[in-house]
Amino acid sequence: MHPIFAQLRRLFLYLLVWFFVSLLLAYLLTVSHDVSIRDALVLSIPLCIFYAFICLSAWYSCRRNLPEKYSLSRLLGTHVMTALIASIIWSFAAEGLAHGLSKTAAFTGLSQRFRPEVPLIFGTGLLLYLLSVAFYYVVISVESSRDAEARVMKASVLARDAELKALKAQVNPHFLFNSLNSISALTSSDPAKAREMCILLGDFLRRTLGLGEKAAIPLDEELSLIRAFLAVEKVRFGARIQMEEDIDKEALTVPVPPLLLQPLVENAVVHGIANLVEGGYIRLGIHTRDGVVSINVANSFDPDAPAKRRSGVGLANVRQRLQTRYGNLASFAVKTEGDCFRVALTLPAEVEVQPA
Amino acid sequence: MNITSETPKKIRAVLVDDEQLARQVLREFVAAHADMEIVAECSNGFEAVKAVTEQKPDLIFLDVQMPKLDGFEVLELIGRETAVVFVTAYDNYAIKAFEVHAVDYLLKPFSADRFDAALTRAKQRLSGATTQKTPAAADLAASARPPAQYLDRIAVREGSQVSIIPVAKLDYAEAQDDYVALATAAKKHLKQQTISNLETSLDPARFMRIHRSYIVNLERVAKVEPYGKDTHVAILSTGVQIPVSRAGYARLKAFLDR
Repeated sequence: MHPIFAQLRRLFLYLLVWFFVSLLLAYLLTVSHDVSIRDALVLSIPLCIFYAFICLSAWYSCRRNLPEKYSLSRLLGTHVMTALIASIIWSFAAEGLAHGLSKTAAFTGLSQRFRPEVPLIFGTGLLLYLLSVAFYYVVISVESSRDAEARVMKASVLARDAELKALKAQVNPHFLFNSLNSISALTSSDPAKAREMCILLGDFLRRTLGLGEKAAIPLDEELSLIRAFLAVEKVRFGARIQMEEDIDKEALTVPVPPLLLQPLVENAVVHGIANLVEGGYIRLGIHTRDGVVSINVANSFDPDAPAKRRSGVGLANVRQRLQTRYGNLASFAVKTEGDCFRVALTLPAEVEVQPA
Repeated sequence: MNITSETPKKIRAVLVDDEQLARQVLREFVAAHADMEIVAECSNGFEAVKAVTEQKPDLIFLDVQMPKLDGFEVLELIGRETAVVFVTAYDNYAIKAFEVHAVDYLLKPFSADRFDAALTRAKQRLSGATTQKTPAAADLAASARPPAQYLDRIAVREGSQVSIIPVAKLDYAEAQDDYVALATAAKKHLKQQTISNLETSLDPARFMRIHRSYIVNLERVAKVEPYGKDTHVAILSTGVQIPVSRAGYARLKAFLDR
């Protein structure tokens, strides 16, 4: 698509520019010899509008002759050649117009008076055409850089999407293998409990399936997932896990990215409870106020515990996903007070779950 | 050679896992072997070191992720006499280390057959049937650490007493034969480890080997003064003077001039 024809506004602006060019040309025609301003305007306005359309063709020759493909001398040769042709056509058109007008009573003798100005018309035509060529090259380079920018943007968005999908869909292998080991222990000592554990584990895994494709789920669903996760962990850790919940009812329908809170609770178990001989607490607080949901996950931990591998990956992932989805509307903070580890996050209480 | 009175001595084992159910599996599998005896069950690293020091078991089944001390820290502290079978759920780095060094490792969940195979290997090790030398515990622990991750604490055992030294509290370390003396403001701890091994596990941005026998905490270095013809001495903020070798001085100067 020709850039000038792409929008009506552009065509109008383009013709406006040429109108001013025609005024300039009219002035040049009157500077010497004996062309009156009236005669000059009558000639220059239609001539410039005609030439405006001829110069549009420069776009196509620029597109065919991209600077990165051909040598400078070849480009110059091509464009000067076309400029000469365009200018000759314009000059003939000017003579033709002057000749035609001189046949009417008002402009008798215009043809003779105009004749000395033909070299001026020819020179101006050459210049104007070459200016058009330069203009279109600028347009082309702006367009291609904008294209490249858009491609880079799109690629980075796609890469981040893929990364998040992979992170979301992942169930911690530690969790899975340890749970299976618990089942293995229970099969001989307490078969009924072993079956219950299988069911709990199945319930949790089923809830995580397909979550990676969803953009958001109601908070209530995320809480069910957390409870299913903790039910399994409670079989492993027994009384070592104490879960306390304080959740506003209004928050339950708020859409959140799936598996946003589960990694925080899992973190609390793996880096908190698992390092405490006597176990500890996990406190989950969710409150809404003025369209903002604040979520607090606090847990006890052993400040002297050895630094765990992979620590912080889960938190970084949650922070990144909040950032991607809500930008500056969300906040994320980690605080350590004595033997209490706290993650506090806020996010806007959106009304509806958006389709994926 | 006493062949007639072959009353088989029982293999004395310690089970270490913080999860009760995980110990239960081990207990069940051990019970199938008449020649084995469980002398202690521990649910954390401190208990494990204490039990191993007091009971001197032949074999220890050791979980990796536990409260207080993790499995590698326990391994570092209990020395080489006990055969160790690691029991873990999933750990890329650790598995690599086990393959190279440990008697065996069991990945949870494991079958009775797999357990028996590990036990057979342990028995071979105990009877000296294999010539494979048990590697230094500290080396094993070092190779189990992910690359580019440095220690942030050091576990030391004196008798059955375990101390944890955060590396930030370490002023300097001094080589003493097979041991290193770890100097903190409170006291000096002795640990069975070579100084070169310790050097590789400390963050080079915080600790520097300034002498064949010394590693210093760079934060503690107050000034460096000439000492004798070719050597220098580093004076720590605590007032302690530590010899600096010529190579050590070049390194230290490059750091201080930065």
